[in-house]
Amino acid sequence: MEHMISLFVRSIFVDNMIFAFFLGMCSYLAVSKNVKTALGLGVAVTFVLLVTVPVDYALQTYVLGPDAIVAGVDLTFLAFILFIAVIAGMVQLVEMIVERFSPSLYASLGIFLPLIAVNCAIMGASLFMQQRITMEPTNAQYIGGFGDAIAYALGSGIGWLLAIVGLAAIREKMAYTDVPKPLQGLGITFITVGLMALAFMCFSGLNI
Amino acid sequence: MSKLFSAENKAAFSNPINLNNPVAVQVLGICSALAVTSQLAPAIVMGLSVTVITAFSNVIISLLRKTIPNRIRIIVQLVVVAALVTIVSQILKAYVYDVSVQLSVYVGLIITNCILMGRLEAFAMQNSPWPSFLDGVGNGLGYALILVIVGFVRELFGFGSLFGFQIIPDSWYVANGGWYMNNGMMVMPAMSLIIVGCVIWAHRSINKEAK
Repeated sequence: MEHMISLFVRSIFVDNMIFAFFLGMCSYLAVSKNVKTALGLGVAVTFVLLVTVPVDYALQTYVLGPDAIVAGVDLTFLAFILFIAVIAGMVQLVEMIVERFSPSLYASLGIFLPLIAVNCAIMGASLFMQQRITMEPTNAQYIGGFGDAIAYALGSGIGWLLAIVGLAAIREKMAYTDVPKPLQGLGITFITVGLMALAFMCFSGLNI
Repeated sequence: MSKLFSAENKAAFSNPINLNNPVAVQVLGICSALAVTSQLAPAIVMGLSVTVITAFSNVIISLLRKTIPNRIRIIVQLVVVAALVTIVSQILKAYVYDVSVQLSVYVGLIITNCILMGRLEAFAMQNSPWPSFLDGVGNGLGYALILVIVGFVRELFGFGSLFGFQIIPDSWYVANGGWYMNNGMMVMPAMSLIIVGCVIWAHRSINKEAK
């Protein structure tokens, strides 16, 4: 339990998807123009993460890992194809749910909802999970069961949500500032994210 | 032969390298561009892998474009890309193991690199294999170019070396009685964002003058 809480907090602040690993940058930069849409996308990403990481954990332990199905057979090289299939299927499901229950959110997310399937944060979380299973149990990043996988997925999702809502809020204010012409739009956004990443580095010693 | 290198095909190849650069202009594939550039060697390996995968997935999808049902095209594209990435990742593990460890999950993340999906959707679904191949190579190289620029700056100022070879003379360092120190900031992930921001800034100001 203690390890789960530590994993959860670490994946929000220390191993933040955006600031430490730059995952999910494309939609992060494109959809962060206003806070409301950003919040919607953040929740959608968190939800998809929360489902795909435990499913991929089960796949990795019971199907792909060394000696999982037949002794002496290691199917890990198939991980990319299976993980992406799980993710694409889940995204389809989320898209249907959002369209049914919140048409306005569906319209404002537009193309970026189906594109969650190719959001690096989702695939990246599954690949990091695969890497972390093999770590030493004493390591703060170790994932050793479904509880850990869920804590990691939730933490990463909330970290991503926090990052995108923060950037959207800054960009809303920045609309009123006088930025040099060639730096406007993308350039200044990058530099803002860089400064936010520097700020998040203060958490790097955090330990629970 | 002249048909193979017509003006249109040349444009498909050369546009993405500068004027329509995937990273600086279209803002695609940023994730890996930032994460693998703390040194030059992994940046080049990553750039080449992406070039190969973009080129061949473009060719395969372009060959299949008339037979893929529209509704399931994303899944088909993802499977083609995932298969190619699996092959490249196995090759990297076999021949350049050190670099593949350094790249860690980012090789797998080529699957979700937006450049690939973007080019497949925007170009390969409408064009024949040869222009698609050129377009893929062009976009891959445009991506590699940015990676190399960022990797060059970060390794030179962060470690004082290029490709692992020491460039700044040892006698310059403070430890040896000189005046120079490596800039530790450059090694940190946050700096790559700021450097890419500056590259985009420079790119836009130069191209504005060109017009």
